Amino acid sequence: MIRAENLTRKFGDFIAVDAVCFEVGAGEIFAFLGPNGAGKTTTIKMLTTLLAVTSGKLEIDGLDPTRHKNEVRRRFGIVFQDPSLDQELTAWENMELHGALYHVPRKLRRERSEALLTTFGLWDRKDGRVREFSGGMRRRLEIARGLLHTPRILFLDEPTLGLDPQSRNQLWTHVKELNRKEGVTVFLTTHYMDEADRAASRIAIIDHGKIVALGTSQELKDKTRTATLEDAFLALTGTALRDESASPVDRMRNVARMWRR
Amino acid sequence: MSAIYILWLRELRRYTRSRVQIIASLGQPVLYLVALGFGMGAVYRQAGRGSYLQFVAPGVIAMTVLFSATFSGIALLWDRQFGFLKETLVAPVPRVFIMLGRTCGAATVALLQGALVAVVCVIAGFRPSNLALLPEGLAFLALIALVFAGLGTTVGSSLKDMQGFQMVMNFLVMPLFFLSGALYPLDHLPSVLAAVTRMDPLSYGVDGLRSALIGQTHFGPALDATVLIILAAAFVCLGAWRFSRIEV
Repeated sequence: MIRAENLTRKFGDFIAVDAVCFEVGAGEIFAFLGPNGAGKTTTIKMLTTLLAVTSGKLEIDGLDPTRHKNEVRRRFGIVFQDPSLDQELTAWENMELHGALYHVPRKLRRERSEALLTTFGLWDRKDGRVREFSGGMRRRLEIARGLLHTPRILFLDEPTLGLDPQSRNQLWTHVKELNRKEGVTVFLTTHYMDEADRAASRIAIIDHGKIVALGTSQELKDKTRTATLEDAFLALTGTALRDESASPVDRMRNVARMWRR
Repeated sequence: MSAIYILWLRELRRYTRSRVQIIASLGQPVLYLVALGFGMGAVYRQAGRGSYLQFVAPGVIAMTVLFSATFSGIALLWDRQFGFLKETLVAPVPRVFIMLGRTCGAATVALLQGALVAVVCVIAGFRPSNLALLPEGLAFLALIALVFAGLGTTVGSSLKDMQGFQMVMNFLVMPLFFLSGALYPLDHLPSVLAAVTRMDPLSYGVDGLRSALIGQTHFGPALDATVLIILAAAFVCLGAWRFSRIEV
């Protein structure tokens, strides 16, 4: 479903993603783990056509996202790391807007919006403005929205950031159910090892733009002779702290901050 | 097409929902209208130019449209900050449609705001000289709105964050307003100022509006309309190009 061959992205001299190779099969739940600034979000941005690829090959559902942008965009749904809802609009209007942007016919749009909002427990609040929603509700709405156009792949970039355990639990239950029932392929990144352990069938660990390990949770633990995924992760990526705000990508952004290059 | 429509509708929904903002944005035009319209009235009349309120009202209406359209265009930065921009950029819709939806929405909102200020002007005592020319006035307002919504989108796509906003305000929007003839007649100006006002797009907008509303003109409505149409097309194209190059 997703194939990356020597996928590379440079920002000036800095290599954010360095010749990364991986493959995700249809119906799989694939987790991408890595410390801050390791290149997770940059990879997702390239997979989702938001960022140009410097070099390497990419295939989404058999299509090249650099050449068939719009066809590829129709095939995936995405929940970004930071919120991307219009807070002044209601939940229903956000769904409506998404449906129109993805050319979902009006009647189908209404039916699916209703079904999805019900599934994610937001139907009673459909006419409430998003800015009055809690973090967990917003996240649920974003996932419901991402599924409105029946995508074959769902990208989740740190979807549980800042959520309480209840919301996190509920979110993964929904995601796993969707994967099981509708066969949606899921590509996710997270900082919570237990989530990856529980939800993902395979895990890739990325550090400094390179994949340092790839396999099932058990394989990673065996490889590093550790008991938990967290220990395996630390064994593979070291214990040095990463300062996200000073990551080279952000430094780059600061340089070109006001006027885009 | 449905993408353009839904994004246009979004701008309108956001506008009609921000009642506080609508009232707040009436403050400045009303201040100009009352303070200048009545304050300068006596001097203006003694100079033999008639009513200053009549003269300045089209200028204040044009100013409202300028501010509203430019800011709606720059509101792109808010959407970048609050993340909504990404939702539209990742949609399977050509970028130019997204930009057109946003820009048309911004222009429509500016037009509504301008119409609202026009009503306030009438309440303050402004009287259009020829009611038959009102549609022409509306057309000029729409052109002003489109020119500056295009400009706002261009600027909004080129800035990375809110820090540049103050600069745009002080070095672009305010000069556009003060150098446009919104507040003073363009004839008998010192030659440098006259040259500068001729390069200000808003000069043609104000002049066109004034010719429709009170029958006074400096450049002539035909020239005004031509300049505005060309600039509207140019800025919308430029905005579409800048918008297509956004990376998040």
